[in-house]
Formats: sequence, structure tokens, C-alpha cells
Amino acid sequence: MGSELGGAVPPNGAGAAAVLGAAIGGLVLGILALAADAVTAVGGLFNIWNPTGPLSGVTSIAILVWLVAWWVLSRLWAGRNVELRRVNFLAAAMFAAGLLLTFPPFMDLLQGK
Amino acid sequence: MDITVRDAVTVVHGMFFGAVLLLTVSAAAMGLYATCTPTSHWTLSPAQHRCLSLYLAFVALLAWIAVLLGAYAVYPWYRAHPPAGVTDLSGYPQRLLMSNPSTTAWHDIGMEWKEHVAWFAPISLTVVAFLFARYGHHLYALQSLRRAVFSLVALAFLSACVAGFFGAMLNKYAPVRGGSTMVLMHSQAAHGE
Repeated sequence: MGSELGGAVPPNGAGAAAVLGAAIGGLVLGILALAADAVTAVGGLFNIWNPTGPLSGVTSIAILVWLVAWWVLSRLWAGRNVELRRVNFLAAAMFAAGLLLTFPPFMDLLQGK
Repeated sequence: MDITVRDAVTVVHGMFFGAVLLLTVSAAAMGLYATCTPTSHWTLSPAQHRCLSLYLAFVALLAWIAVLLGAYAVYPWYRAHPPAGVTDLSGYPQRLLMSNPSTTAWHDIGMEWKEHVAWFAPISLTVVAFLFARYGHHLYALQSLRRAVFSLVALAFLSACVAGFFGAMLNKYAPVRGGSTMVLMHSQAAHGE
């Protein structure tokens, strides 16, 4: 099947960097959400805008980590082909862990509540 | 017929950006499936690629606006603490939910999950928009990358559904309400008709 966009298939490194970067951001979001919930002092540290509370810091830091991870991985993998099945597997595990860590009953289970 | 400012912003957050997001994510999934799978016979022209790329970027933007409006406009009203001595908690939705054992879980599970899980949608959709803009029709030849794209779309849809469901239920049990009132339409009864 041809494409008018044509040309050779570009290396998948940039794509892999975007996928893994997002997964790292998702995992960090889950870890920080748990930390803010479990430790009052950590929750206080994340309270960078009082009306929104610790959520402001948790999400801002997670977004920052996501973007930095994406940028770093892009620098490492741009123009290269990487083993994407392995990257996908790792990303899926990170996303699943991140989602679980944001789920309150699972958070409570980890904290022994 | 009137509405308070807080009601209006909550409606814009959930019923406009949230609902439109769910619709546009569904359409994005269909568009990607139609153009990027190996069985697809749709050959994208550069103009069509640009158009679908812009559409996916628009979907990601919708998700960002929805979560930012939720976290920085609606959520502060939701979690506001009542001054000492206040017994009418209708202006303090979180406290209202937590004041009754039968509604506490709507906050403890519903809002606590919603406020975090919603952020998976804009992050995933931003990456989807990037991957399509970067690889476009070549995704049909990149099986693993294509699987990642569809998984990210599914993740975004799932997280938006969770956030939307709990947002609707929370607003049913403890509406975010207050602020000045806007009159949308004058009642005919008020004119004696």
C-alpha cells in the first residue's frame, strides 16, 4: 500500500521516546498521588497553589517529569530504531501501576488502612 | 431561568469540554483506525494528514482545557472549607459529602480518583497527536507503534469516562454552586403572562 506522504518509514525512536515518556509521567503521577495521600508533610510540600491543594504540586511535577523524560529519551533515541515491543511492555506496566496508584482503595491497601 | 457562576463553570467543564472530549476521542479512534491499519485502503494525502493531525491536536487541547478548568476553577470551590460555625454545607460540596456516611465514599473514592486519573487523558492524547503528526500513514507499517497509539487512545477514553462519570455523580449529590447569579432567560410568568 502506498502513501502520498511517501518515502521510507521513519525510525521509531522518536515515537518510542514519546510513549515511554508518557508512561514515566503516568507512573510518577501515581507515586506522587500516593505520597501526598500517605504523608501529610509531603502533601504540604506539593501544595504549591493553596485553593487546589496538593493536587497542584502532584500534577505539575508529574507533567514536568513527563516532559523532561520525553525530551531526554528523544535526544537518546531520535533517528534510531529501538526494540519497541519491549518499550511498549514497559510503558504498559508503568501506566498500569500509575493507574492503580491513583485508585483510592488500592492506595488505602498499600497504607494498611 | 438563572444559573450561578460556579454552576456555569462546572457545566462548561463537564458538559461542554468533558462531553465533547468523549465524542471527539471516539471520532479520533475511528479516524486512526480508518487510515492507519494494514487493512486500510485509505491513502492519506498530505492535506488529509495535516487535517487529521490538527484534529488530534485539537482533541488533546480539549483534554488539557477540561482538566485545567477542573483542577484550577471547579476543584477549589469543591474543596473549600466552611468558616467555623457554618451549619449549612450546601456551598461546600466536599464537606457536605463527608458529613454523611452514606455519601462519604463519593468523595473518598469518586473525587480522590477523578482528580488524578483525569490527567492520563491529556498526556495520552498529546502523545497520540505527536505520533500521528510524526508518522502519519506510516503507522500502518509500524505495528508496535500503532498498538501504542490505539492503547493510548483507549487509556485516554477510559480515564475521561471515569472522570466524567464521577464528575456527574458528585455534582448530583453535592453540586458546586454559588457566586453571583446570571439570568439566562426571563420567565414569562414574571411578566404576568
